[in-house]
Amino acid sequence: MHNFLFGIFPYIALGVGIMGSVARYDRDPFTWKSSSSQMLRRKQLVLGSVLFHIGVLVIFFGHLGGLLTPIWVFDALGISHGAKQLLAVVAGGIAGIMALIGGAMLFHRRWTDPRIRKTSSVWDIAILAMLIAQLVLGLGTVFVSLGHLDGHEMVKFMSWAQGIFTFDGAAADHIFNVALVFKLHLLLGLTIILVFPFTRLVHLVSGFAAPIRYLLRPGFQIVRSRRQTALPKRNANKSTTAE
Amino acid sequence: MSHLLDRLNFLQSNELEKFSNGHGHVTRENRDWEDTYRNRWRHDKIVRSTHGVNCTGSCSWKIYVKSGIVTWETQQTDYPRTRADLPNHEPRGCARGASYSWYLYSANRVKNPLVRGRLMKIWRKMRETLDPIAAWTKLQADPILRASYVETRGKGGFVRATWDEATEITAAANAYTAKTYGPDRVFGFSPIPAMSMVSYAAGSRYLSLMGGVCMSFYDWYCDLPPASPMTWGEQTDVPESADWYNSGYLLLWGSNVPQTRTPDAHFYTEARYKGTKSAVICPDYSEAAKFGDVWLNAKQGTDAALAMAFGHVILREFHLDRQSEYFEDYTRKYSDFPMLVKLDEKDGKIIPGRFLRADDLDGKLGEDNNPEWKTVAYDETSKAFVAPNGSVGYRWGEDGEWNLEERAHEAETYLKMSLVLEEDHDDVLGVDFPYFGGEAYGQFATDADHPDVLTRNIPVKKIKSAQGEIAVATVFDLFCANYGLDRGLGGDWVTDDFSNDMPGTPAWAEKITGVPADKIAHVAREFADNAEKTNGKSMIIIGAAMNHWFHMDMNYRGVINMLVMCGCVGQSGGGWAHYVGQEKLRPQTGWQPLAFALDWNRPPRHMNSTSAWYAHTDQWRYETLKADEILSPTAPEGDWDISLIDYNIRAERMGWLPSAPQLKTNPLEVAKAAKNAGKEIPAYVAENLKSGNLEMSCEDPDNPANWPRNLFVWRSNLLGSSGKGHEYFLKHLLGTDHGVLGKDLGEDGGQLPKEAKWHKDAPRGKLDLLVTIDFRMSTTAVYSDIVLPTASWYEKDDMNTSDMHPFIHPLQAAVDPAYESKSDWEIFKSIAKKFQEITPGYLDKETDIVALPILHDTPAEIAQDQVKDWKKGECDLIPGKTAPAYVAVERDYTAIYDRFTALGPMLDKLGNGGKGISWDTQEEIDNLTALNGVQLDGAAAGRPKIESAIDACEIILMLAPETNGNVAVKAWKALSKATGREHAHLAEGEHGNKIRFHDIAAQPRKIISSPTWSGIESEKVSYNAGYTNVHELIPWRTLTGRQQLYQDHLWMLAFGEGFMSYRPPVDLKTITKDVQDEGDNLVLNFITPHQKWGIHSTYSDNLLMLTLNRGGPVVWISEVDAKSAGIVDNDWIEVYNANGALTARAVVSQRIKEGTTFMYHAQEKIVNTPGSEKTGHRGGIHNSVTRTVLKPTHMIGGYAQQSYGFNYYGTVGSNRDEFVVIRKMKKVDWLDKEKSWKAPAQEAAK
Repeated sequence: MHNFLFGIFPYIALGVGIMGSVARYDRDPFTWKSSSSQMLRRKQLVLGSVLFHIGVLVIFFGHLGGLLTPIWVFDALGISHGAKQLLAVVAGGIAGIMALIGGAMLFHRRWTDPRIRKTSSVWDIAILAMLIAQLVLGLGTVFVSLGHLDGHEMVKFMSWAQGIFTFDGAAADHIFNVALVFKLHLLLGLTIILVFPFTRLVHLVSGFAAPIRYLLRPGFQIVRSRRQTALPKRNANKSTTAE
Repeated sequence: MSHLLDRLNFLQSNELEKFSNGHGHVTRENRDWEDTYRNRWRHDKIVRSTHGVNCTGSCSWKIYVKSGIVTWETQQTDYPRTRADLPNHEPRGCARGASYSWYLYSANRVKNPLVRGRLMKIWRKMRETLDPIAAWTKLQADPILRASYVETRGKGGFVRATWDEATEITAAANAYTAKTYGPDRVFGFSPIPAMSMVSYAAGSRYLSLMGGVCMSFYDWYCDLPPASPMTWGEQTDVPESADWYNSGYLLLWGSNVPQTRTPDAHFYTEARYKGTKSAVICPDYSEAAKFGDVWLNAKQGTDAALAMAFGHVILREFHLDRQSEYFEDYTRKYSDFPMLVKLDEKDGKIIPGRFLRADDLDGKLGEDNNPEWKTVAYDETSKAFVAPNGSVGYRWGEDGEWNLEERAHEAETYLKMSLVLEEDHDDVLGVDFPYFGGEAYGQFATDADHPDVLTRNIPVKKIKSAQGEIAVATVFDLFCANYGLDRGLGGDWVTDDFSNDMPGTPAWAEKITGVPADKIAHVAREFADNAEKTNGKSMIIIGAAMNHWFHMDMNYRGVINMLVMCGCVGQSGGGWAHYVGQEKLRPQTGWQPLAFALDWNRPPRHMNSTSAWYAHTDQWRYETLKADEILSPTAPEGDWDISLIDYNIRAERMGWLPSAPQLKTNPLEVAKAAKNAGKEIPAYVAENLKSGNLEMSCEDPDNPANWPRNLFVWRSNLLGSSGKGHEYFLKHLLGTDHGVLGKDLGEDGGQLPKEAKWHKDAPRGKLDLLVTIDFRMSTTAVYSDIVLPTASWYEKDDMNTSDMHPFIHPLQAAVDPAYESKSDWEIFKSIAKKFQEITPGYLDKETDIVALPILHDTPAEIAQDQVKDWKKGECDLIPGKTAPAYVAVERDYTAIYDRFTALGPMLDKLGNGGKGISWDTQEEIDNLTALNGVQLDGAAAGRPKIESAIDACEIILMLAPETNGNVAVKAWKALSKATGREHAHLAEGEHGNKIRFHDIAAQPRKIISSPTWSGIESEKVSYNAGYTNVHELIPWRTLTGRQQLYQDHLWMLAFGEGFMSYRPPVDLKTITKDVQDEGDNLVLNFITPHQKWGIHSTYSDNLLMLTLNRGGPVVWISEVDAKSAGIVDNDWIEVYNANGALTARAVVSQRIKEGTTFMYHAQEKIVNTPGSEKTGHRGGIHNSVTRTVLKPTHMIGGYAQQSYGFNYYGTVGSNRDEFVVIRKMKKVDWLDKEKSWKAPAQEAAK
């Protein structure tokens, strides 16, 4: 069971998460949005949303960097496991509390405002509830982590996560005997990845798709060619008559 | 292929080439996303239709249909071209029209027939054992059952019904009412037939077949300017908007052209580019104001003073100090200026009296036919008094001299306009003119420097006759004196100095209007100067604004006077352009037989709505305006001290105004009684009215025998829009929750009416059944007992014409009516069918008696040259002469449907016609028989079919001169008979031109010139009113046959309106101590103009339009006023007075003049309206704070042009003299919870 949950389920979750997103993007690109309810009610949104998003983003990148950076990188940089654990607890704790406060405000707003409630889908409410639960669990792990500030527990998770991404068949073994709250946190996290494509959470990717390229565009006027025009050959001479 | 893969192109440049030194790049990238937008605008078909009830813009639209769904609409651009030197009509259409398709699939659409739940429950129970009519009879006989649904009106609780049930209840109620009380207790209200003439005709045809009452709208909307019938004998006839372009000077007076005449506004812009000068007069900084070379922001309600000052300047500079040749020639021929007026003596004072008539002179000038109706002037050629051609006396009883040739009895004449020269007059007399400037109240400037009677010197001629010596003066001389112009005859109250503060001068007007005197003189001079140089190409464009004041006639006559003295009326590019709820049903004479079932029986029952609603909603019980407040100090002797409703009763009794209901006794019963007594019906009725056995209903409107019992409202939002005195409708007509805050005269100890019977307790809930036919859940629908879902404007076939352009074009069913809806034509057909099904044995062939007032444009219009009331014994009761005519009408209640769907035989016998002329139309009937086919069986077997709405359209098109050249030629020939002049050249060559429905479906078609209208369609001039009067010498249909600037009816003189003058707004006294709460100190004049985000082609609940403004009702106030009451922009405010209260958001704007508040017309309480703290009910509509007030001079009848005509003359529902209290709301209660409290005012009222 443990092996299924932490050895196989991660691949199911990641698979559905990635393939589901691709499918949604291709089939229904106009549903790829954050579905903001700001038009219905501004109150509570601004503060709640800002707190929530800052907190969640810090946590997200913290997890990403913390879990997936190979251990030897930290070693090379001379950052001890204990220091990293402390950083994770402090930064994660602060960000987690911010996100939790913000999330609670958003949830309260979504649940009690009759107009927003009526226009919310089941997933709109469920994903918010899941994120809040995940935050609570994540903050719960902080108390456990305070008991072993040397960071050896943390190394287990890094090993697991990196094991998953390197197709290590025994990845789940790394976390066989961690505290239950960690396991729950991991499971819910994987589930969130699983349902990701079916929720408004996809707008997370929109953040990465921000048209930053536009700022670096080479010309001021962009003219899109007719559809039939063939792609230019690689390394073709791009000089034009104007030059 | 894949959106994602296509975007994964980071490693490859998408650049194809560069241009403009590298600033531009051509790229190659996936463009499939564009298909989404391209598909958004892809469609299966385009169908031509338009917006068909209120919008007189009459724009043709393309309706796009995709997969059987109407998706959007855009403007049609295929109007026939105008001539070379004139801009084209298109584009026509505005944002409001473009938003209409929202309604088709909106949540507010009525999808199935709805019946009030409690009514449905009782009905189904009763129908288990009883037939429909017995069920309705039993229900009405039980006051508790009746009240159980009546009291819940407006409180929700509709249930879905089948068409069969809904039409059955309706038909049963109609049949019961006809049998029990009389068919004239079944009312129907629908406005502006021109905009969807078949839909209107559907209801009116059903009502007319069964004897029901068609209610007028134009007068009720207060869009009818009574000044127009007074002056021209014409309801309203105006230039098309393209004619603005031909003008040299455009004066916009209270008309906000870019905002409310959006599709026409381009002609205004184009005229400005051409070089036309323009002045704009309006109190607020409107969208039109910026178009003007000058903006005159006159104080609201004081326009007449401004008009008077304009006239003062024009008369002085163009008629007196220097005589403009063109102006003098024009006014001699086309106005009553040369006509002579008798000067009457009263208590040693001299006042202008009646026009001198041939009858007054010894020998009657040789006139045998109608000498008392032929006015007299002094002829310089023969140095004698003559009765010039063209007066109404020539119109009836003889042929060939009813024209405007400068002749009197064959002899040429040159009429004398003025007797001012020493050798022309016998004497100079001091004549009294009333002056009302000292009567102003509240924020209006009171002129205490001048007395209420101004005696001015007038040159007179004296005539010796059998009546003794008569002093007479010309209208022109009196007219000039009335404007305060010094003619060198000495005396008081006249001046030759514009800066002198004398009633009439610019300096005087500045005090009242706030407009600087020099600007007034400047604009007047420019206006007249242009008219002189261009032979009358100065135009005044007017909106509803000025006509909505109680003394609207003064405003309008002031304007008309200017136009006539400058020779502008009847000249292309000039004239009176009144664009308000236009009633230009161009193929009118083809439509009338269809609409009023004139093909089966005549006359129909027509009612003037203002008087009807005033009586039946019991607004008269709250009347605060007394006759003596508006009576002239120079009034002749008479019994003037009566209530306004008493005046109306007298008018009905004397046959001036129509009545509904007509007699207290059921007319079907009266007819039977007459038959049993073996008497002719008119004689029988006359006898019994005199003896008192029969009573007119108007004398006791609160008696249950005289209540309207059934009301149809279709194509209209009576309760949410036009219903002045909204809360009184709710209280008395409907009998449900209401917001009336004031007390009636009985409770208040006021002076009770003398003629109208007073009941201590006013009835509540007069209507047994209110049926509304609409496509949306309007305010009226919400208050109804039955709501029938009708086709929207894109789901039915119909026709549309307007004043604004000369085209006729269709509404068409782009898609079938959605949900369970049906077109109006099909709905009334199904009601008729049900009626025919259930009525045999209950009602069969019956004789009905229709009371017919004395109608304009009929020989009867010269019935009463003296005012005599038979009831007071001043004359005998002669039906059709001193009282309404009582006409027997045979109805077949077993064949209502058969008759509805076939063209009856009466046209074969009587021909067709309108406005006083008629022609044989057998040829057209034969054509229709061939075109539509005939009914094979039923009571109308063998008659041409009118099954579908398109059949109905073909009837109209075939019979009307405007759409059938053959008829046009016949019509002009018929007119030639009366005038003795040849007119047929105006339609010559059009014989074969016949417009059919499918022609107009292909493209809007220009109509054919017809004598129904006073303008022509031609290659040379645009349509302009009065054109044929001036250029064909066809008289105006007035007493004098000319544009009549002096009104000599006894009641006109009594109320001081023989001549135009400035009359300040009246005090309606609706802000009483009882009503006004302490601390609420902001009192403003309540004005209801047309809005930008609704009105005409859409309604105030349209989501697209709501999004563009504040999403609900708003009231505009000035910054200064807002500050004084602590109101900031977007605050919720409450507006109230004795009539009721409303809630809205405040728009605080510099646009608004201090002292006024604007609430755009027809903002309903169905969207975003919280409860009123004052009434405890939902915050009301704009008409919650108004009440209609009648003006006696609008009741005049039996007197040439001042005779009744449906939508032509009658009382009008003015509403701008109203004041309101405005305050910020303390608590915004949406009333969306169970009601737990009652407003104190309501408690007290109980």
